[in-house]
Amino acid sequence: MDLISTDVVIVGAGGAGIRAAIAAVEADPSLRVALLSKVYPMRSHTVAAEGGAAGVVKDNDSLDNHFHDTVSGGDWLCDQDAVDLFVNEAPRELVQMEHWGCPWSREPSGKVAVRPFGGMKIERTWYAADKTGFHMLHTLFQTSLKYPSIERFDEYYSTDLLVEDGRCVGVLAIEMRSGRVVAFKANAVVIATGGAGRIFPFTTNGAVKTGDGMAMAYRAGVPLKDMEFIQYHPTGLPGTGILITEGSRGEGGILVNKDGYRYLQDYNLGPPDPWPRKKAMELGPRDRLSQAFWHEQQKGRTIRTPHGDVVHLDIRHLGEKKIDERLPMVRELARAYVGVDPVHEPIPVRPVVHYTMGGIHTDIDTATPLAGLFAAGECACVSINGANRLGSNSLAEILVFGARAGRAAAAFASAAPAGAFHAAANGAEAAHARLTALFMREDGTESVSRLRKAMNETMETGAGIYRTERSLQETCRMLAELRARYQRVELVDRSNVFNTDLIQVLELGSMLQVAEAMAHSALRRKESRGSHQRLDHPERDDDGYLRHSLASCRGEDLPAIDYCDVTITRSQPAQRVYGGAAA
Amino acid sequence: MTETVTLEVLRYRPETDSEPHFQTYTAPYNEDWVVLDALNHVKDHVDQTLSYRWSCHMAVCGSCGMMINGEPKLSCHAFLRDYRGKTIRIEPLDHFPIERDLVVVMDSFMAKLSSVKPYLIPKPEKPLDDGEHLQTPLQLMAFKQYTQCINCLLCYAACPQCGLNDDFVGPAALALAHRYNLDSRDAGKDDRTGVVASNPGVWECTFVGACSDVCPKHVDPAAAIQQTKISASLDWFKAKLMPGASP
Amino acid sequence: MSRRPYVRQVERSWWLAHPRYVAYMAREITSLFIGLYCALLVVGLVRLAQGPAAWEGFLAAASSAPGVLFQLVCLAFAAYHSVTWFALTPKAMPLTLRGKRVPGGAIVGAHYAVWAAVSLVVLIAAGV
Repeated sequence: MDLISTDVVIVGAGGAGIRAAIAAVEADPSLRVALLSKVYPMRSHTVAAEGGAAGVVKDNDSLDNHFHDTVSGGDWLCDQDAVDLFVNEAPRELVQMEHWGCPWSREPSGKVAVRPFGGMKIERTWYAADKTGFHMLHTLFQTSLKYPSIERFDEYYSTDLLVEDGRCVGVLAIEMRSGRVVAFKANAVVIATGGAGRIFPFTTNGAVKTGDGMAMAYRAGVPLKDMEFIQYHPTGLPGTGILITEGSRGEGGILVNKDGYRYLQDYNLGPPDPWPRKKAMELGPRDRLSQAFWHEQQKGRTIRTPHGDVVHLDIRHLGEKKIDERLPMVRELARAYVGVDPVHEPIPVRPVVHYTMGGIHTDIDTATPLAGLFAAGECACVSINGANRLGSNSLAEILVFGARAGRAAAAFASAAPAGAFHAAANGAEAAHARLTALFMREDGTESVSRLRKAMNETMETGAGIYRTERSLQETCRMLAELRARYQRVELVDRSNVFNTDLIQVLELGSMLQVAEAMAHSALRRKESRGSHQRLDHPERDDDGYLRHSLASCRGEDLPAIDYCDVTITRSQPAQRVYGGAAA
Repeated sequence: MTETVTLEVLRYRPETDSEPHFQTYTAPYNEDWVVLDALNHVKDHVDQTLSYRWSCHMAVCGSCGMMINGEPKLSCHAFLRDYRGKTIRIEPLDHFPIERDLVVVMDSFMAKLSSVKPYLIPKPEKPLDDGEHLQTPLQLMAFKQYTQCINCLLCYAACPQCGLNDDFVGPAALALAHRYNLDSRDAGKDDRTGVVASNPGVWECTFVGACSDVCPKHVDPAAAIQQTKISASLDWFKAKLMPGASP
Repeated sequence: MSRRPYVRQVERSWWLAHPRYVAYMAREITSLFIGLYCALLVVGLVRLAQGPAAWEGFLAAASSAPGVLFQLVCLAFAAYHSVTWFALTPKAMPLTLRGKRVPGGAIVGAHYAVWAAVSLVVLIAAGV
C-alpha cells in the first residue's frame, strides 16, 4: 500500500472538519494538514442545515441564558463546564465567520439579525435566510482555499484508525477513484465525520451520514458516549424526510392535527396564545414536539397520507412576502417535493431522525482517551447537547469544537515526537487484508440493501421515539443477527475504479456497529430523559441515571455498557418547563 | 400491473469497457419519485455495480448532476412525473471526462474555482473584538443571488464554450468571483482580475446564456459574467486614462 | 493504475442538439448580415462620391428585386439581433432604485422606447 506522511490528518470535511483544518494551520503555519473526505467538501451534510447558529450578541441576552437554555434543553445530561465554554466561544466564532464573508441576514442597521428558536428563552440564532448550513459550509470551504498547507484528499474513504503503542498514528483510506489503498501517517488525527442518521429509515440526513468515523474510533477502543440519544426533528417531509427548518416555527408557523387543532397545548407546552412566544408551543424543544406527534398518532388524530401519518405545519398567516424573504427554501422544497405551496396550503410533516447527540467520547478539549486522537462536531460527544439538542446549537458547536480540535491537534502534533509506524503493528496490514478478503469472497449470500433495510426497520420499530424493554431487546437481537449475516455480505462489484458498492458495504458495517451501540445503550438506560423515552420507565431517574453511557466495542461480542459522571457546576437538575405565560 | 419507467443509462467501467455504452433498466413509476429514486432502486435491487454520486436528495449539496434526456439536471430534482411515458436517458455531465458510469472527473473545475480566489479579501483587517462588519440588507441584496451556487456543474455541462475550450474558467467560478467582488466587505477585485478578466476568463464567454437557463438555484452566472465584462472594461479604460491613479 | 477517464468529443453539430443553441447560432449569424449591410452602405457612399450616374446606378440596384430581398433579409436579422440584445440588457446592467431591483421588463422597455424615439427622429429628418 502507499504511504503518505503528514502532521495532522482530519477525517471529514464538513463544517467541523474544515474549521479544524483552518484552526490547525493558523495555530502553526509550518504544519502540514491532510483533510480527507469521502465526498467533495461542498457535499458534506452541513450544507443541508437550514435554521441558524446560536450565539449571544444582543443586549437583551446573556451567556447565562444560553447556558441555562442548553442545559435544561439537554435534560441536565450536558457537561456544564463544556456548555459554559461553548456559550462563551460561540459568539466569537460566529463573528469570525462573518469576517470570512458569511452572508448573515441583517437588521436594517447593518448588524447581524437573530431569530427565535426552539427551547431558547431569548432569540439568539444567527441565520443566513433559511440556508445557514449551506452558507457556512461554503464560506468555510472557500476560506480554506487560502491556506496552501491544507492538502485536500477529496473522495478518500477512511476505513480504519492506525494505532501503535497506545497512540493513534494515522488512518487507512481508499482513494475512491482508483481503488488504491493509502496509509496516512500522522502525529495527530481529528475525526469530524458527522452523525449516523442513515441507520434509520426516515431521516433528514443525506447518504453520507453513516457514522463511519464513530465506528472507526469505536473499533480502535474509544467508547461511544450517550448513543441512545437520537433526535427526531419534528418537521420533516413525509417520504423523503427532507428537513423543514425549525426557523419556520421561529417565524410563527403552527402545528395542527387532523382537526386543525394546535395539539401541542395538550402536552404541557401551552397555552396556545399569545403566539409566537419563546419556549412555548411550537417553539418547545424538539424531543417534546416529536413525542407529542407520537401521542397524537396513538390517539388517531394525525392525518393519513400515502407516505404515512403526518400533521400540518401552517405558515400561511406569515404572508408571501415574509415567506419569500425569510423562508424561501422552505417554499421551494414544499413545492418541489410534496407539491404544496405553503403560501396557500399547510405543509404535511412528521418527525424524522435528524441528529445524533451521542458520539465519540471526548473531553472539553476534544481529546479522546486514545492519545493523538481528537473528535469534533456531530460525530463527537463532549457533551454539550446532553439528552436533547436545541436547534441552532449544532452549527455553533461545529465551529467552537472544530476550532478547538484543530488547535489541540496542532499542539499535540508539534509537541509529540513522531510516532513509530509499522504497518504490521498499527493495523494497516490487517485492515488492508480485510478489504482484500471482501474482493475474494466466493460465498457471499447477503445483499447489502436487504441488510440495510432490515437494520432501518428494526431501529425505527424498536429504538424510535418511544422504546420498551421488549422492543429494544428485539432490536438488539435483530442487530446481532444482522451483524452475523454481514460477515457473508456479497460485494457484487469487484472493480477498483469508483466502486460505490464497496463503499456501501463498508458503510453498512459502520452503521451496524453504531446501531448496536445505540440499541444496547438504550436498553440499559431504564429511565426517560430528553429524546430517550421508555414507555416502561416513563420518569427521569437522576439517582440512577444522571450519568453518561459509554459503549465499548468488544469485537464480534456485544458492546460493554458503562457509565461516567456528568459534570454539574451551577445548574442543578430540575423540571424542564416550557409553555406557560408570556415571558 | 404496476406502472414502470424505462431508464437508458450510459455505463462505463474502465477496467472492462473499451468505451461507454447504454444499458437499459426498469424501475417502478411513482408519482413522488425523482430520477435519483429510480437509480437507487436499480442499485439496490437490480444492479449494484451502477456508480453515481448523490447525498442530500434536496438539491442543496450539488452531487447528483447528470444529463437527463440531453439536459443537465440534478437527478434529485428531476421528477419521474415529468417524463411519464418516455424512456429516460441518463448520461454523465457533458464536458467532463467520465471516470466511471455517471461519475465525472471534476478536477478541472476544482482548480478553476480555486484560481479566482473565492474568499473574502478584506480592506484593513477588522479585529474580531470589534464585532461584525456592518452590512445593510441592501448591501447584502447586491451579491446575495451569487452566493447561492451549489457547485453542481450543470452550467459547465450546458455551456458550449466549456465544451470547446478546456481552459475556460467557466460560469460557476466566475459567478463566485463576482459574488466576492460585489460584497461590500471585500477589497480583492484587483487580486482576482488576473484570472477573471483574462482570455480564458470572462472573455471566453459569448453570452450563450445556457448556464443561467439550467442553473437550479437561479444564480444567473451569465449575468455575473456580463457585468464583470463591463466592470473589467471600465477598469481597463480607467487604468489607461489615469495611469498610476489608485483604483 | 486502473483509471482510464473517457473524454467525449464535442460534435461539430453540437448546436443542433437543442433549440436554445440553434437560437444562439442564429443570433450570432446576424452579425454576418449586419456586416454585409454595412458593406452595402459603404458601397453606396462610394457611389455617391463618384457622381450622379454612379449614384443612380446604385439606387437602381438597391431597388431591384434581389436588392430589396437582400435588404429585407438584413432587416429581419438586424431586428432579431436588436430584440435579443435588448432582452439580455437587464442581466448586464442590473439597476437598483430606492432599495428595490428595477424589474427587467422596465429596462427592456426603456430600450425599445429609446429605439422608437430615435427612429422617429431619423424618419422625420429623412423627410418621411
